[in-house]
Amino acid sequence: MIIGAGECGGRAALTLRDLGFEGPVTLIGDEPHLPYERPPLSKEAMASEAPVIKAIASEEFLAERSIRHIHSIRAVAIDRAARAVQLSDGSSVPYDKLLLATGSVPRKLPLPGLGGRCVYLRTFNDALAIRAHLSAGNRVAIIGGGFIGLELAASARKLGAAVTVIEAQPRILMRGVPAEIAEVIHEAHEAEGVSIRTGQGIAAIADKGAKVTITLADGQNIMADLAVIGIGAVPVAALAAEAGLAIDNGIAVDEHLRTADPDIFAAGDCCSFPLAVYGGRRVRLEAWRNAQEQGALAARNMLGADEAHAAVPWFWSDQYGLTLQIAGLSDEGRSVVRRDLDDSAFILFHLAENGRLVAASGIGPGNAVARDIRLAEMLIAKRATPSPEALGSQAVKLKSLLAA
Amino acid sequence: MSDWVEACAAGDIDEEDVMRFDHAGRTFAIYRSPDDEYFATDGLCTHEKVHLADGLVMDDIIECPKHNGRFNYKTGDARGAPVCVNLKTYPVKVDAGKVLIQVG
Repeated sequence: MIIGAGECGGRAALTLRDLGFEGPVTLIGDEPHLPYERPPLSKEAMASEAPVIKAIASEEFLAERSIRHIHSIRAVAIDRAARAVQLSDGSSVPYDKLLLATGSVPRKLPLPGLGGRCVYLRTFNDALAIRAHLSAGNRVAIIGGGFIGLELAASARKLGAAVTVIEAQPRILMRGVPAEIAEVIHEAHEAEGVSIRTGQGIAAIADKGAKVTITLADGQNIMADLAVIGIGAVPVAALAAEAGLAIDNGIAVDEHLRTADPDIFAAGDCCSFPLAVYGGRRVRLEAWRNAQEQGALAARNMLGADEAHAAVPWFWSDQYGLTLQIAGLSDEGRSVVRRDLDDSAFILFHLAENGRLVAASGIGPGNAVARDIRLAEMLIAKRATPSPEALGSQAVKLKSLLAA
Repeated sequence: MSDWVEACAAGDIDEEDVMRFDHAGRTFAIYRSPDDEYFATDGLCTHEKVHLADGLVMDDIIECPKHNGRFNYKTGDARGAPVCVNLKTYPVKVDAGKVLIQVG
């Protein structure tokens, strides 16, 4: 049984069947939709005339594989003694193994005065509500200069809306993105006409009628037709906590994605786990590929594989024609080597004190950095210590370092 | 069956690498395997229409640069999430140092 019918839960269900599991598989989600891909919600879907759902599997495909998808219903309690989950419609579903793939929800802005014109983006329905306000001549204020906010800003500009991004930190993308790359993205947004206000706290918000007035810490007012708040996400862990499972920045699991209860696993945005590639440092990742990989890994382990998590974190973002890709966690690095590629694309390699390559962050037009970031990811997984000279020289193929 | 079309010179592609080839409004990817054989597939990933030629070739696998969907470029088989639709392949031959593909 799987609670959470997003990328992670959906992949877990499909993987169970791929592996030949023949018992009942139940996938429970509180949204009215089939499991779908969330990344397009701030990007292509948002910028399109009429956003459509990109489902992970069709209804027929789920039916063919005997995956029971219960939608629009919440799990309200886990009865570990009886090994059953109570649902919001009053029914109860028994389990042998349970996967919590409950995801994360947007962090709320702790200010009074927020009404219907101050919204968050997580679900397809959220995306539809936001999309309805993104048209030429409309003003959109985006609170938070992280990935969701910036991707949304790019989509809103494509649709002709006037966009202001407000970020409390001294620069955008403070978390996980090197300043040199954040600067490229900042410049791209300004070139596209986005007004970015960094180092600006918010003193007050007045959300009345069809207008939002945001008063910045320095007293300036920003008027908008819609304010979208993108200030991070918090794991959905209440169900696990109430069931007595350990919580540590999300549902705490071991390297097999298992909780202290051997029959209950957690995967994706909702869990924290020890990241083997950095000596077991406990992290929680909010990323599409992680959701996919962990969903599949949890499925394998629910069937008894006893396989430890070994992947290197990886994520990407698209804004205008630029793609950013990051492999590894750059805060593990102590020094940086830059490698310039064609078309002003570049990659920053982050090295630990002992010379080990621990992360690589790249940005460029289209997929200019993809291949090298993928090779860097393999080098990181191998715990390689490539020479800074080789990393910095475009003449040296990264693939040759992998063989070394 | 349509004609063979010249895609590139054999030396244009490194071993264990891939190159994009556009022809008559269509886009293909031409591969040179580690054991020096040539292959051709449709140029766009079946997941989100991304050019596979920007991806990484490892052994007989091409990996999409965008979301890491994997295909065996020799057979076109999709190899796991997020791709589930196979890639179309095309016959290839090398003649007088030229790589030719049958695009029909």
